[in-house]
Amino acid sequence: MADLYTSVDDLAARIPDGAKVALAPDYSGCSMVTVRALIARGAKGLHLVGVPSVGFQGDMLIGAGCVATLEAAAVTLEEYGPAPRFTAAIKAGTLKMIDGTCPAIHAGLQAAEKGIPYMPVRGIVGSDLLAHRDDWTTGRDPFGEEDGPIALVKAIRPDVTLIHAPLADRNGNVWIGVRREMMVMAHASKQTFVTVEEIHDGDLLADPMMAPGTIPGLYVSTLAEAANGAWPVGLFGRYPGDDAHLRDYLERARTDAGFAGYLDEFVFAPKAAE
Amino acid sequence: MTAAHAPAELLIATVAEMLDGLGHVAVGAQSPIPGSAALLARARLGGALRVSMLGSEAHSPFTDGGRELFDCAAQGRIDAFFLGGGQIDGQGNINLVGIGDYPDTKVRFPGSFGSAYLYFLVPRVILFREEHTARVLVPRVDFISAPGVSEPDVYRRGGPHALVTGRCVFDFDKERERFRLRSVHPGHDAAEIRENTGFDYDEPDTVPETPAPDAETLALLRGRVAAEVAERYPAFAARVFGNEVAA
Repeated sequence: MADLYTSVDDLAARIPDGAKVALAPDYSGCSMVTVRALIARGAKGLHLVGVPSVGFQGDMLIGAGCVATLEAAAVTLEEYGPAPRFTAAIKAGTLKMIDGTCPAIHAGLQAAEKGIPYMPVRGIVGSDLLAHRDDWTTGRDPFGEEDGPIALVKAIRPDVTLIHAPLADRNGNVWIGVRREMMVMAHASKQTFVTVEEIHDGDLLADPMMAPGTIPGLYVSTLAEAANGAWPVGLFGRYPGDDAHLRDYLERARTDAGFAGYLDEFVFAPKAAE
Repeated sequence: MTAAHAPAELLIATVAEMLDGLGHVAVGAQSPIPGSAALLARARLGGALRVSMLGSEAHSPFTDGGRELFDCAAQGRIDAFFLGGGQIDGQGNINLVGIGDYPDTKVRFPGSFGSAYLYFLVPRVILFREEHTARVLVPRVDFISAPGVSEPDVYRRGGPHALVTGRCVFDFDKERERFRLRSVHPGHDAAEIRENTGFDYDEPDTVPETPAPDAETLALLRGRVAAEVAERYPAFAARVFGNEVAA
């Protein structure tokens, strides 16, 4: 199974232009190292799905012109404030935004993992979100126990889930602990690409303490080892975000020129030096 | 006799009062004041209140990923939650998406998060927005992320309970589908509230002052609560309580 593992650049090359790519939020598992590789290879027309929101990954990919469509409940850099490249793209009209709400995104993925076309979701009725979604509608309880309308959201089936995790073994099993939104993402997606901090010697599924928090290798297409691969975002249980770097990003990403300078320094120059 | 307090401490104590008697309070992202209020209520109640703070490793009980909070709310296991809004109107509608004619928004906000769902399912949703201006508190939101009220046939057991701002507290009257001024914070008055509020609301003849936190509450807040909230919001804890920021 040696060919399960590849380089980060190769992993990024296997995500085709126009792919629907599911990403985790900043507090979960973000493969920032692959985000940089996607920008370096000039990826185009991606359809990002934030599960349920995106942070720095989304802002950088949008700013670099890699994204045509973003589907998310929010774009948030948390305490760092509004996402500057996302905001600029909305203002310029260069990004199609599909506004959702967290549980509807989770439910859409759950429909995909069950292989069914849609999922009912509470709430939503009366929200302007519903009026702008052609993949959401309302229906009635076919069993007649409830009278009122209930929202129905179409299954979300990403082409690729792209995540970063602490550990994977040589069989492609990936440990995610309690960050189980990544489990649902992997189940729902056609392919799952993972970068990991380190390779675990032994079988994660054979260890009863690790197995419940492990995505089985049957869902995982390709892996790359990338220590510190979530940087400058943090990785749960491993390291916090690089606060100084993220503040610097925010400052520079306020302008087109500043953002271009950031990409030169942290994406293009390192690639050129390889 | 009340001790000197910071404006944020008054807001925390005011929100904490609204959590008395509840079993489980959840706190979403980007909510340092509501989060502090929940931790204060828990400290006062000797641990009888369960607090689930999203994004916290120390105060989050969930093991089933991002969906668990929402499933938990649908099962009726969460009694209170907090929502804000780039715009909030007099019917309790909130807008977390943007200003202007969607999708061509003039000003874009982060997005609706879980509001379009939790507003329907959590019995006591406390709206919190520190900025109290006619820009935020508008006659009608430009985009309804989550509606304050619903038609009778819509499944709904939750909704707005109160709106706490940097100037005052409003209660939400579910029958009349509008806010009623409950109290104004020390240093503010009813005329100022009227002037800075874009929507119409009810008001009693005499408007009481929001009670200031007593010395015991402040001690708890500056001790145990400050230490707990610093895990999730270190910069906030440093600014309000003077906690040392961990290196």
